[in-house]
Amino acid sequence: MLSNSKTAFITPKEAIAFAILAALIFVVLPMALDTFRLNLFGKYLTYAFVAVGLVLCWGAGGILSLGQGVFFGLGGYCMAMFLKLEASTPENTAIQSTPGIPDFMDWNQITALPWWWEPFHSFGLTLIAIIAVPVVFAFIIAFAMFRRRVGGVYFAIITQAIAAILTILIIGQQGFTGGVNGITDLRTLNGWDIRTDEAKNILYFVNGILLFACLFAAHYVRKSKLGRLLIAMRDQEDRVRFSGYDVASFKIFVFCLGAAFAAIGGAMFTLQVGFMSPTLVGIVPSIEMVIFCAVGGRLSIIGAVYGTLLVNFAKTTFSESFPEVWLLGLGALFIAVVMAFPRGLAGIWADWIAPRIDGLFSRQSSSSAAPKTPAE
Amino acid sequence: MTKSTKNSPNMNVSRRAILAGGAALSASLFLPKNLRAQDYPTDAVNTTGLAVTDDTVTVGILHSVTGTMAISETGSVQAEKLAIDQINAQGGVLGRKIEYIQEDGASDWPTFAEKAKKLLVNDNVASVMGCWTSASRKAVLPVFEQYNGMLYYPTFYEGLEQSPNVIYTGQEATQQIIAGIDWVTKEKGAESFYLLGSDYIWPRTSNKIARKHIEKLGLKVVGEEYYPLGHTQFNSVINKIKLKKPDVIYAIVVGGSNVAFYKQLKAAGIDMTKESPVLLTISVTEDEIRGIGGENIEGAYACMKYFQSLENENNEEFVAAFKEMWGDDMVIGDVTQAAYLGPWLWKAAVEKAGSFDVDKVREASPGIELESAPEGYVKVHPNHHLWSKTRVGKAQADGQYEVVFETADLVEPDPFPEGYQ
Amino acid sequence: MFADYSMGELTAIFAMQGFAGLILFSVFVLMALGLAIIFGQMGVINMAHGEFMILGAYVTYLVSNLFATYIPFAFSIYFFVAMALAFVVTGALGMFVEWAMIRHLYKRPLDTLLATWGLSLILQQIYRSVFGAREVGVSIPDWMMGSLPLTDLIEVPINGMFVMVLAVGISIAIYVLMFRSTWGKQVRAINQNRIMAGAVGINTEWTDRLTFGIGCGVAGVAGSAFTMIGSTGPTAGQLYIVDTFLVVVFGGAGSLLGTIASAFSISQAQSILEFFLSGSMAKVLTLLTVVGILMLRPQGLFALKLRK
Repeated sequence: MLSNSKTAFITPKEAIAFAILAALIFVVLPMALDTFRLNLFGKYLTYAFVAVGLVLCWGAGGILSLGQGVFFGLGGYCMAMFLKLEASTPENTAIQSTPGIPDFMDWNQITALPWWWEPFHSFGLTLIAIIAVPVVFAFIIAFAMFRRRVGGVYFAIITQAIAAILTILIIGQQGFTGGVNGITDLRTLNGWDIRTDEAKNILYFVNGILLFACLFAAHYVRKSKLGRLLIAMRDQEDRVRFSGYDVASFKIFVFCLGAAFAAIGGAMFTLQVGFMSPTLVGIVPSIEMVIFCAVGGRLSIIGAVYGTLLVNFAKTTFSESFPEVWLLGLGALFIAVVMAFPRGLAGIWADWIAPRIDGLFSRQSSSSAAPKTPAE
Repeated sequence: MTKSTKNSPNMNVSRRAILAGGAALSASLFLPKNLRAQDYPTDAVNTTGLAVTDDTVTVGILHSVTGTMAISETGSVQAEKLAIDQINAQGGVLGRKIEYIQEDGASDWPTFAEKAKKLLVNDNVASVMGCWTSASRKAVLPVFEQYNGMLYYPTFYEGLEQSPNVIYTGQEATQQIIAGIDWVTKEKGAESFYLLGSDYIWPRTSNKIARKHIEKLGLKVVGEEYYPLGHTQFNSVINKIKLKKPDVIYAIVVGGSNVAFYKQLKAAGIDMTKESPVLLTISVTEDEIRGIGGENIEGAYACMKYFQSLENENNEEFVAAFKEMWGDDMVIGDVTQAAYLGPWLWKAAVEKAGSFDVDKVREASPGIELESAPEGYVKVHPNHHLWSKTRVGKAQADGQYEVVFETADLVEPDPFPEGYQ
Repeated sequence: MFADYSMGELTAIFAMQGFAGLILFSVFVLMALGLAIIFGQMGVINMAHGEFMILGAYVTYLVSNLFATYIPFAFSIYFFVAMALAFVVTGALGMFVEWAMIRHLYKRPLDTLLATWGLSLILQQIYRSVFGAREVGVSIPDWMMGSLPLTDLIEVPINGMFVMVLAVGISIAIYVLMFRSTWGKQVRAINQNRIMAGAVGINTEWTDRLTFGIGCGVAGVAGSAFTMIGSTGPTAGQLYIVDTFLVVVFGGAGSLLGTIASAFSISQAQSILEFFLSGSMAKVLTLLTVVGILMLRPQGLFALKLRK
């Protein structure tokens, strides 16, 4: 699976890391888990898209967004709108007063499909919208803020407020958005039933492949000149600016890229879980996604995937075994990661495991898999 | 459409169905007859691979015990566990003890869907008692339909739904709303209403039904307003209410907002005991009053099917058992009682069907009666909702309601009310 | 839309709506002052701010029960005892948290966000285990729940007055502490240049701990006061986080005056919009305006130099 993408920009050690992750996602998990658990892991992996985007924005670029849920949600909603329209055929909705529109619109006395739902009849336009809508939105936010050199904590809090606004808006406009229930009861994608076990398995693999595409894209960005500039900007923004680089454009680009990743994750979430709701847009999921990234190691693209899997797996396991106390464990995990392992899983790997593996690769010069300083 | 109080023709239909279908049923249900497991071999009562053994059967409990909804859902979990304990003490279902697997929905709808799937697919539970908010029910509904599970859903809700895989043990909107508005117009001479709610589907749909009914009666709605969930500043809307001077404030505020709303209402000098305006709510049960404080809501009216203060033998036993199990300081609200009905209705349906198979339980469900219900008597309608009485209670300073009105007959559930959509 | 009302009614409404805005303003000030100290002066993003407020509310609840059981004749004044105790308890917890956690993270402000988020989860679960998942009802002495009728239409809620007086009182107290006390001088010195402050003999560690403690203590008092107007439950604290941070950021972090000015403008905008629009839309529009202005003027209303 990796052979064709193994190009010069990847060192042998990184290639092995990618290969191990690929083996885990494409071989070990599907063999070890039943469809139900596999589907769960598929859901976790959709969050990994966001975490990978955050590695670029936050770990490399120093831009902490507490509003990634917005892009995840927008991507998910675009997909959900398409699926909902497909599920709302006049035959399926014959009992409504206006057949052919989504059920929640009918409940809210809306008698015609709003114009901005129309494009979502087309699968092609939907695919474009899944990426375009969040990216344009991200661009507007980033353009306004980075041009004015807003950064750090301010950016975090403003993006958080945007997440809050969008949640209230979606809930308040329930006739058009499904409100707090979200868009539910999605059935088929171009006639293909997405609820069967077989479909879930296929979607899991599609999800995995897309995730790897994003991983490679992220890796490429990190390795490119842009990636090195990002790190330089994070550490000494003014010097980069004085060297003649257009700092804002780089930041805008990387933020939009992160938004695009999140949007793909959101769309895959909708497909695998079968609905989309405003609880995935708000502040809490947005912060949780940052935490997935932190647990994985905010500088490591692959670490972000492991971090996402670990936290979600812990969340599910804790809450199944000790439903009344799992928050304690989760809270403690976050504090422990920040206090004791600021570089997350990737740091543990680099400090404890990699040196031992290095013995096997002693001929290779050691690469920069894990930079030594944590982000601001 | 004045279905709310007339029900005799349909009653007869259902009665006939019962006579034909399960004449021995009510006797077998409420005179605890020990059904022995060996009379019902596991192979015969469970043909679809549910978690049934020779002496146990497993059900699921799926509520939020963490997150913002834990406040409301705790009572439902307690009631369901009580019902299961009592059923087990009477010998279980078809001679089998009920065991339960409890999952936490964590106030998060995707988690609800995930846990519902786990209960159905991994644990093969025979039925699930659970969900509270409409959003969580909507999230799990496709899962229950896909894997053919059975959900007993306890909350009063907005209607517009009728799934073969759900038994709705709370009231749907018309049951709760219409009788209350009729009552307040007749008894209090109300002519103008101010509708207020938290911003999501249940208050909006309920207010829509309320508005249609109010307008049908030739009365006036002078304002309608929604605030985000968790909103805590109601001074502006209280000013608007003072300005419009409605006869009735019709409030469907939920959760933490409730506390803020009633405290601020009282502080703004609207004394509900003076009934000018009358405050009528469908969202404040005894559970919520604990948070609001009885002194802050004294004099308000609530319209629902159950109050802890109901005087009948079933209820006295239920309240006593509940307090014995969970502590003397517990209060029991409408939804808690509806949740308590879930396991009993399921047991009745299983025993009527003589099988745990979901399809057979579903087939057996319409017409099931529960004479032992704390609210008095309920019966399952073919549309999977319950026939139930609607009552109006007046809030007292001690946090209890005094029942001031109840419908003469059971009100028919009508989840798709014509003329109200 | 004014045609339906008489002149007198209109005046009354504007008066009452203005008053509602002032109450909202006081609520915002109380919420934000503690955070303005912690975030503005120390640069710590305390996501557990709401949970500290709720701790104050729970302390109030406990004190009210104690008074009701043991010294019922003094119940009408328990609230003052409760607020003092709320300050001490939350302040002490704040100092402990600073010692155990925050002091290791001063060089990584964004990490304080994650760690305090974890802390907020833990606190929520502790509240849930100790006090139950349900909201607790805090009984308020009768004299604080009434209203003073000025005219037929205008009635002044006493708890609103109380919150306003408290907001003014705490603002003055903090102003005095900040600009007239040794501690305040030290805090400002550290804020401007930590190393130099240490070099001239300021015990920066202790000052930090005290500052964090005072910030949390103010949050506790706010939480205590909010039992009069809001709910007390394990997750109620989360409701306040977005508003609180926006108020502080909009005012310009580091400027206490800015925090107050921003609380004033946001509360007035929201209160006026709420009157003309439905509640949800008013909230969205207010937040959008604030975010929009912040995009144009990122440093907030009153800009001060921040500790880098």
